[in-house]
Formats: sequence, C-alpha cells, structure tokens
Amino acid sequence: MESAVRLRAAVTLLGRFPALAGVDLDITPGEIVLLKGPNGAGKTTLLRLCAGLCSLSTGQGWVLGHDLNSERRMVRRRVALLGHRTGLYDDLTVTENVSFWARAAGADSIDVDEAMERLSLTGRLADTRVARLSAGQRRRASIASLVVRRPELWLLDEPHAGLDQQTRDTVDALVRGAAAAGATVVLATHELERIAVLEPRVVSVVGGVVRADDDPADSESPDPSSEAEDDRRVS
Amino acid sequence: MFRDAWLIAGKDLRIEMRSRVGLNQIVPFAVTVLVLFAFALDTDQEALRTYAPGLFWVTVLLAALLAIGRSFAVDLADGAADRLLLSGIDPISVFGGKAAAIAVQLVVLEVLLGAGVVLLFDVTVHRYGLLVCAGLAAAAGVATAGTLYGALVAGLGVRETLLPLLLLPVVAPVLIGATRAFQDAFGVAGAEGWAWLGLLAGFAAIYGVFGAFSYGALLEEA
Amino acid sequence: MTTATTESTGTGDGIPATTSSRATKVLGWLTLAGFAVLVALAFAWVPEDTRITEQGDVVGQFDAVRLMFVHVPSAILAYTGFGLTFLASLAYVRWRTDWWDMMAHASAEIGVVFGVLTLVTGSIWGRPTWQTWWEWGDVRLVTTLVMVLVFVGYLAVRRIPADAVVQARRSAVIALVGAVNIVIVNRSVDWWENRTLHQQSTLIARKIRDETLFTLSFSFAVGMVLFAWLLLHRFRMAYLQRQIEELEVDEALAERRAEAGMSETQGGRP
Repeated sequence: MESAVRLRAAVTLLGRFPALAGVDLDITPGEIVLLKGPNGAGKTTLLRLCAGLCSLSTGQGWVLGHDLNSERRMVRRRVALLGHRTGLYDDLTVTENVSFWARAAGADSIDVDEAMERLSLTGRLADTRVARLSAGQRRRASIASLVVRRPELWLLDEPHAGLDQQTRDTVDALVRGAAAAGATVVLATHELERIAVLEPRVVSVVGGVVRADDDPADSESPDPSSEAEDDRRVS
Repeated sequence: MFRDAWLIAGKDLRIEMRSRVGLNQIVPFAVTVLVLFAFALDTDQEALRTYAPGLFWVTVLLAALLAIGRSFAVDLADGAADRLLLSGIDPISVFGGKAAAIAVQLVVLEVLLGAGVVLLFDVTVHRYGLLVCAGLAAAAGVATAGTLYGALVAGLGVRETLLPLLLLPVVAPVLIGATRAFQDAFGVAGAEGWAWLGLLAGFAAIYGVFGAFSYGALLEEA
Repeated sequence: MTTATTESTGTGDGIPATTSSRATKVLGWLTLAGFAVLVALAFAWVPEDTRITEQGDVVGQFDAVRLMFVHVPSAILAYTGFGLTFLASLAYVRWRTDWWDMMAHASAEIGVVFGVLTLVTGSIWGRPTWQTWWEWGDVRLVTTLVMVLVFVGYLAVRRIPADAVVQARRSAVIALVGAVNIVIVNRSVDWWENRTLHQQSTLIARKIRDETLFTLSFSFAVGMVLFAWLLLHRFRMAYLQRQIEELEVDEALAERRAEAGMSETQGGRP
C-alpha cells in the first residue's frame, strides 16, 4: 500500500540552519502519528515539509504519492495544516472566512454549514468578525475552514496550545473524526495524555532527525532518556 | 481560473470595504500630499494648474505604494498567505485577483483625488473620454506591476522600504504617459493624449502577462 | 577578506584560497598597461576639439573632449554588465543552475559601478559642452539613470539574506523586468521630449578626427579587458562565498546531528 508520507534522508534548510538534518520517516494511510520532542527539534518544519510549504534541500520525499521535489502543488491541495497562525482574515466574519476557504478549495456551501455546525460556530458567532473572537473561537474557525477541504492528511502543529477546555475537546474530536473517516493525522503536541487514548504511533524528533520510532505500547510513558534530553535543551 | 480570480478580488475588496483603511488612511494621506504640493508651489494658482497632472499622478503612485503594501499585509497578518498556497488556486488567478482588487481601489482613489485636483488646483476638464481611459489604463498598469513587486517583497522583513525602490523606477513610464494624457485632457499642454493612452495600455498588458507567469515562482517560498 | 577567510578552511578541501589566477593576472597587467597608454594617448596625442566656423569663430569642446575616453567606455561597460545580467537571468530561468545566478549577480554589480561612473562623467562633461549638469529631455541620460536605479534595487534584493533558490528567482524576475522596463522607459522618454543633446553617431559620420577615433577604440578595448578582469574576480568571489556557505551548512548539519545524539552520519549533501 502506498505511504501517506515517505521521507528519505530529508534535509530542509531554513536559511543556513538545518531545521531537518536527514529525516527518514514512513507513515501509512490512516495512521495517527504523534511527533514528540523538545522545542526547536524540527517538528514544525517537518509538518510544513509534509504540507509542501518547505522545500527539500537534499533527500527525497513523497506525500500522498506526490514527489516533494517536483509536485508540491499537488501535495498542497490534499493536505490541511493547522499551525500557530489561524489563516483567517480579521475583517471578515466567521462565515465569510469559512466560505472563502471552502470556495477556494472548490467545496460546496453545504460543506460550510456542516463544518460550522461541527465546530459549534453557530448563531451570533457565525456573523461575528474574526477580530472580535477569543483565541479558542479563532482556532475553531480556523479548523472549520480546514474541515471544508476534506483533507486526506491532517498536519496539526500544537493544536491544543493556549486553548480553553471546549476547544481542546473539539480538537480531540476532530482527530478522532478524521481518523474514523480514514484520514491520516500527524500531530505535534505536548499534551501527550490527551492524545494517548487514541493510541497514536509516537515518533521522537530531536535535533532535526527522527529517532527510532518508539513502540506504540510505550506511548503512555514517554521514553525517559529523551525526556532528560528535553530538560537539557530547555534549561 | 476567472472564478478563482474573482473570488480573490472579492475577498480583498470586501476586506478593504470593512476595514476602511483605504478610505480612512490612504485617501486622507493622498489629499494631504496634494495640499503639501500647493504649499511647496507657493500658492501660485497658475503653476498649480499647469503642473496639476504631474502632481496628481505622483500622488497616486505614492498612495498606490500604500495600497499594494496593505494588500499583501492582509494576507501575511495571520498566515492566510500560506493557506492561499495550500488552497491549490492557480497562482495566475491569485495574481489576477489581487491586481484587479488593487486596480479598483486605485480607480476609486483617482476619482476622489481628481475631484480634489479640480477643486484645489482649479483645473477644468476638456476631454472626459481621454481622462477616463487614461485613468483606467494607468490604474491597471500600476496594479499589475505593483502586484508583481508586492509579491516579490512580500516575505521580506524590509518590504516597506524595498517596495518603493523597486517599484517606482518601473512605473516611471506610467507617470510620464498618464501625466501627458492628463495634460491633454486638462488642456494645459498640447500632448497627443491618445497616443500616450496606447503606452499606458501596453504597459498594463506587458506587466499583466509577465506578472501572471512569474507570480507562481515568486510565491513558491522555500 | 574572502582570501583570508578561505585560507584556513578552503585549501584542505581543494577550494582555491584566492580569486586570482594566471588569467586574471594577465588581464590585470593588461588593464594597467592599457590604461597607462590610454592616459598618454588621451592627453598627449589627441588634439583639442576645435573647429573654425565659416564666420571665423573657434568653437568645439576643447579639452573637455578627453572625457569621452572615460565616459563612452563606461557607458558601454555599464550596458554590457546589465545586458549580461539579463542574459544570465534568462539562462537561469531556463537551466536553474547556480552558475548563471552568480554570473547575473557579478555582472550586475559591475554594471552599477560603471553606470554610476557614466552618469558622473557625463554630468561633468555636460557642464562645459551643454552648459548644464543634467538635461531631463535627453533620452540616453534619463534611460541610464532609471536603469542604474533598477539595478541598485536589484543589488539591494541581493543583499537580503534568503534561501539561495528563492533569492535567485526573485533576482531573475527583477532583472528580466528591468530589461523590459528599459525599453519602455527609453521609448517613453523619447516620446516625452523627443529631443536629445547627444551627438548622433559621430563615429559613422566620420566627423571625428582619426587620433580621437583611434584612442576611443583603444579605450573600448581597455574597457573590455577591465570588464573581463573584474568579472572573473567577482564571479570567483561569489563562487568562494557559496563554497564557504556550503561548508557552514555541512558544519551546521553535523552539529545538528550531534545534538540528536547520532554517532553515524546519515543523509548529507551529495
């Protein structure tokens, strides 16, 4: 079966900084993968690379069967990347934002209604300008504008960070729903225990490379040695 | 392709209508520049009337820099630029949409500023057809070249200072052409206005084609 | 400075530690000798530019004409530089190799230097002959000025640290637009004023003296040698800079992998 993500000795330079220093990674379709590692390890760059937003300096990579060296545009339209930034326009309302991104992806207005419903962006909230939303509401609107694209690969970068309880639950539900629908989910988060119930495959990213994949059974008790390294990096 | 361009243009214009940055900041700025020109020329009504076309277009170019910068700043503010890349919309459509939205804003600016010139500098319009055509063609030229350069500097920290340096020498022919056409339209100098209109249209066409085809390569950030 | 930096890191990896070579040494000495001869010719051999009109008045440019031997070759070098930048950018778009990108950069820099020299000498020459430092109606003057401004912008973009590929792409677009622009500017300024102070094709008309013509041709030759000399050095400097960058990247990669606690080297630059 074709891999959802397949990277071979992938190196990505940000300027002259090797954010990724030779990543080998295979993700099969339908898998939930949790990227674990200290800040600055290259998780964000790895997700952006998989989205086709960063380029490979050397090495090879395929996402959903498309070559990252030559077919990045094909990759881009089939994935959804939820990053630190929401990708929303402050001066447009939630509905306007979601429908804009839906139409940009060629989706129907029915999809828009459904996505808004799913992320409980109904009633007065729907017609509120994004600038007036709370951080959690913004994140939900951002997710709604990604849901309408019906992506085959979800790339979530710290989706829980700085959010209220309701939105955290929404994110978990999103991951569950995506997995149930057969999509592949790759996420980087510090909230290991929230995701642990979904039994993800845990992949450690340290110093721009991927460590030998941890056994899924270990996912609930993260590898102590890498935790120690986390502390060293942070201090 | 046109559907997507329309979508982008509609989005940009809706944001501008909502935020009113153009109306509340760029237009007052442009009027201020006109007033400054009047001060600089020492309230000499005759000189103001003679130089009105040139002063008008310099003002439009300065204001255009702001409008172009604003158009890209909106996309960069919260990661929408990345989403546009991920949306799979053809870069040619993005270019067309953004250029069209900027052109519409410039035309609105020209109308308001034109009224300002008529009132403040005491000019009379002799040829309305030429005035309208030259205004539209110049707006299209500035918008296409501006969108191309706006995208070129969009990802850079120094974009506010770099855009004027790169764009103004390139739109110099628009300034020359539009000024001449307006001189003819205002009847302040015998210029072959319609010939200059040809230059303006040619400029817009060249940069439209060039921009459309290089836009994808420019947005393709590493 | 480049020489000093590469001395230690460069030689071990087979990277030359200098931008100099036998060819550039020969070109350098040729330039110097040629320039010495040119100075002698221009000041000692070429007579003053004077003409006696039918009314018996003595007219002409007198000693000022000697500026021609700097101004005209400068202008030609500037346009050669810009032209080469355009061609190299075109070649970059077609083949996407670093070589063409570096060539575009090197020639643009030389073009700007000689462009500025052209404007300055032209202005100095214009004062005694046209009685003005600057003439807005002159097509060539204004065209050259706009051209230099476009390429000053080009070099400004070049100076911004960025990913090599992104920068190469941006620069190529500016150079190509610049070339289109120069045609449009030239045409529009021409229509704008439709007059020029420049002497039209005096070389062809043969109004020019033989000594002057010879010296002018000689100055072109010296200019071309100078151009080749500068281009070789500038190109090699760009090349060495890339080599240093690659070494730095390799070093950073090794560090990054060490950070990951990997003993074996994995992946790497081909």
